[in-house]
Formats: sequence, structure tokens, C-alpha cells
Amino acid sequence: MNWLHYWRAMSGIIGRELWRFITQRERFISALVRPLIWLFVFAAGFRAALGLAITPPYETYILYEVYITPGLIGMIQLFNGMQSSLSMVYDREMGSMRILMVCPLPRWFLLLSKLLAGTFVSILQVYVFLGIAWFYDIHAPWQGYLWVMPTLMLSGLMLGALGLLLSSFIKQLENFAGVMNFVIFPMFFMSTALYPLWKMKESSALLAKLAEYNPFSQVVELIRFALYGQFNQQAFFYTLGAFIVFMAAAIVGYNPSKGMMSKKGGG
Amino acid sequence: MIKKTSLSLAIGLLCLSNVSAESVFVTLENDNALAVVDPIAGKLIKTIPIGQRPRGIAISPDYKLLYIATSDDNTIKIIDAVTFKELGQLPSGKDPETFALNPAGNRIYVSNEDNSMVTVIDVAKKKAIKQIKVGVEPEGITVSPDNRWLVSASETTNMLHWIDTKTNTIIENTLVDPRPRAVSFTADSQQLWVSSEMAGSVMVLDANNQQLIKTIKFEISGITADKIQPVGVVIDKERHRAYVALGPANRVAVINAQTLEVEKILLVGQRVWNLAFSPDQKRLYTTNGSSNDMSIIDLDSQTVTKSIGVGTYPWGVVVKP
Repeated sequence: MNWLHYWRAMSGIIGRELWRFITQRERFISALVRPLIWLFVFAAGFRAALGLAITPPYETYILYEVYITPGLIGMIQLFNGMQSSLSMVYDREMGSMRILMVCPLPRWFLLLSKLLAGTFVSILQVYVFLGIAWFYDIHAPWQGYLWVMPTLMLSGLMLGALGLLLSSFIKQLENFAGVMNFVIFPMFFMSTALYPLWKMKESSALLAKLAEYNPFSQVVELIRFALYGQFNQQAFFYTLGAFIVFMAAAIVGYNPSKGMMSKKGGG
Repeated sequence: MIKKTSLSLAIGLLCLSNVSAESVFVTLENDNALAVVDPIAGKLIKTIPIGQRPRGIAISPDYKLLYIATSDDNTIKIIDAVTFKELGQLPSGKDPETFALNPAGNRIYVSNEDNSMVTVIDVAKKKAIKQIKVGVEPEGITVSPDNRWLVSASETTNMLHWIDTKTNTIIENTLVDPRPRAVSFTADSQQLWVSSEMAGSVMVLDANNQQLIKTIKFEISGITADKIQPVGVVIDKERHRAYVALGPANRVAVINAQTLEVEKILLVGQRVWNLAFSPDQKRLYTTNGSSNDMSIIDLDSQTVTKSIGVGTYPWGVVVKP
């Protein structure tokens, strides 16, 4: 097995995912509509309601739209991560997963390729979203648009690994609604995506603590700082750590002899 | 060769450090102090106790002296702009808030709200030389750059009083929108801009005939009209743009000073009050009364770059190059 085999497998998986994303125009549009509705409708309504305070990385007062932009980027990646895992469940039901898994390459490599494929799709979505937001007067320094790229790679991989882990638990597509209710919504709302930590502390110290340790908050803060050309070390290591944990668990989960698949008899 | 290069580098650095030597002075109404800010580094350098309830502030034309109205001390203090030592006091009358220094720096005109007077002070003699009866509650006051006019705005009478600086007598009165706050001349002394707090407007008047050129209104999406209370007004030297502090709307309006149209609205701190340009007019500094900070606006990019905490109730602002 040489590197060429690895490369072929990875480019095949990534190519398939990107192709699938580009050809499914509805998916492309719906992936953008969700954060844009939050930006144009939700944020506009809350514009005056949220109190003002300066928190890093911001150096002056910002509009609510500017505040939630990194959160919405996180949302794009969170939904994308879940969507990839949904496609894993679909692949498993349709049998194409079996073809992938019999490939004579290590399982972790195949799963990582799958993750990377999903991450590239999410990065594409994020840049289109940032482009539209730019015309809505949400501007970051130009360096920020570059810095955010490696950040999006890590955050995309982390959220994808979480999706992958979840997908190893789900046997049928119908069960995905549960993921929506028990994972996506609590993760998104209990984070710094929509409200800053100090604002949450005003109403509930417990909620603020939960939000602080929510890996999604760390992803959002990592993106927020990167978008302003700054590096948030704590958020970086937290996200990296979460990625390693989720990825390791997902690899175990997809192991036919030990993981969840053997218990469910799927695969 | 290396020596030469390092020498020129050192000179270059020295020049650079001269460029960034600008200081911003902000009066802190509640802290009874003066904040000294380095706007290039974006840092509060120090806070100096200055007297009871300091509000209005002006700097002498040679930038050596600061004049600060310490309202609860009922005086205007003369402060050394380098050592911050008090050099003397001026007889401002009771509860001075706003005042204007003439271009030569030898006369100070103080609005005395309580007794509806404008007090004229000879700065060199530190003596009040005349009191001019004006409308009820005089507030905004300014001298035209050509020293022809002294204009005082009466908040309750809703009137501008055009006073001849040679005779110290009122020549003309102009009715304006309710609760006029700040008055400001263009650098060529041809126009007078006046902000009206209650009407939420800025009126631009022709200084030659005191006639209205245009009333500028402000609209901000998501902000109710009652929150838009224009206060400080400044116009750049070339009369390209004017900037208006919109008080509790927490915004500064950017106005095209040629077309008199609002170009942009910038978000700054809460209850933005007074404004001052940097000497090169590349930046604008705002005092934000309720959020206890000042904001720095980069005028090339028309963006707010930083807000710096200065102390409680920042009021007036001047800049020393």
C-alpha cells in the first residue's frame, strides 16, 4: 500500500462529497438560507435589545449582526457536520458504506477522508456566507478572512468527528430527528454563538458555566478571534482536544468487531 | 554604511515617535479629573484630579494651556498642558459648563445657564470685562474662525444670538429647532451648524445673512426618533465632511458637508456627547458619557477602530499635537 493508494482514496472521497454538494443546488441554497435568515431576521430584531459591552477580540462597540456572525459560521459547520453524518447513515442503508469499508486502507484513514470531505464542503459554504455578509456591512479585517481558513479546518473536523461519532450510534435515518433535538439545538443555544458569556452570567451562572465548557462555544470563539486576526489559545487546544476525543470514539464506534455497529448488527 | 543606515533609521523612528506624540484630554464629570489618553497606542496614560465636576475644556492656540470649566468650583481653571499644574483661575460666574476661546486665545466667552448671561473674560487680565444678556439657558457657544461673530445658543428660548466680538453686543437673533445644543462654524466662517437636541436635527445657516440653508434630519434603523439627540458638531477644515454626535442613539453621523446629506452612521459608546479632530484630521475622538469611554474613529476608512475606558462621565475633549 503506498501513498498513491491513500491519495486516490482520499481524493475520491473528497471529490465525491464536493461533487454531491455542488450538484445538489437545493442543498447548497438551503445550507446558506439557514444562517442568512438568522442574520437578516433574528439579528435585525435583536439589534437594539442586546446590551452593549466590549469583549475581546472586539476593540469597540459592535452591532448584534457582527456579534453573531462567527456563531453563524459555527452553525454552518455544525449542521454540515451533522449532515455528513446523516449521509453516512444513508450510505450505510444504501450499502455504499460497505464498498467504502472494504477498501484495503485503514479504517481511521477512510473516516478521516470522509471528515475532510465534509469540512471542505463547510468551508465553501462559510466563504459564500461571509461574502454575502460583507455586502450587509459585516466587515472583518482582510487578514481575518485568511486566518479563519485554518481555524475552519480544525473546527470543521471537530464538528464532523462529533457527527461521525453520533452516526455510529444511529441505525436508521429516522432517528436523526433525535440528534437534532438532543445535540444540535442544545449545543447551539447553550453557547456563545448568540449571546456573550457575560450576558448569560446575568441570568444564570449555571448556564454560563455550561456554555463555557460547551465545545461548540470554543469553536465559535476560535472562529471569532481568527476572523479578527487573533489567536485564541484556549479555544484552540479545547477544540483540538475535542476533535481527538470524538475522532477516537468514532473510530472505535465504526470498528465492526468492537464498536456500536456490531451491537446493532449494521454495517 | 551601517552607521549611516542606523542613524537614518534612528531619525526616522524619532520622526515617527513625534507623529504619535498626540495627546487627548478628556474631562471626567463624575471623577473630578482629567484623563490623558494616547490615541495612537489606544491607551489611557493617566488621570489627574482637576477640580469639582469638570466639563467644558479648551486648549490655547499655542497648545500650552488648558482651560477647564470646573462647574462645582464655579470657575474656569488654567492648567499647564505639560505639567498639569494649576496656573490660575478665571471668573466664569456660577456653574460654568460650556465656553468658547477666541482664535487669538485672549478672550473666553462663558455661557451662564442660571442667569441667562454670557460672560466675556479677558484671559491675560483674568478679569470679566462684560456680561451680555441672552436668552434663557444659554448652552452652545462658539467664535467664528475670522473672529467676526460670537454665537450663543439658548436652550429654552430656542434662539441663536449673533454677537459682534468688537462691541460685545447682539446684532441678530435667529430662531432654531427646539433645544439647540452645540454651535460650530466652518473653517471659512461662512456657515454655522447648530444641533437641536429635541428636534433631532442639525441646521446649517449662512453666516453672512443668518438664513437657513438646510435642516438635516437623522434616521437610524432600529433606533426610535426620541433617542436621536444631536449634541456635538464638528466640520473638517476642507468642508468635505461634518460629524454629529447623536447622544443616546450611541451613534456619530457622517455628513457630506457639500451636499448636506447623511452619508453614514457609526456605532460608538453610549450617550456620545462631544467630538474633537486629531490635528491631522485623520481621526475623530468622541466622549461617551454613559459607557465611560471614548471612541476613536478612523476618518480615512470611516470606521470606529477602538473604544477606550477613561473614567466616569467623560464630557469634553481636546487634542494636543
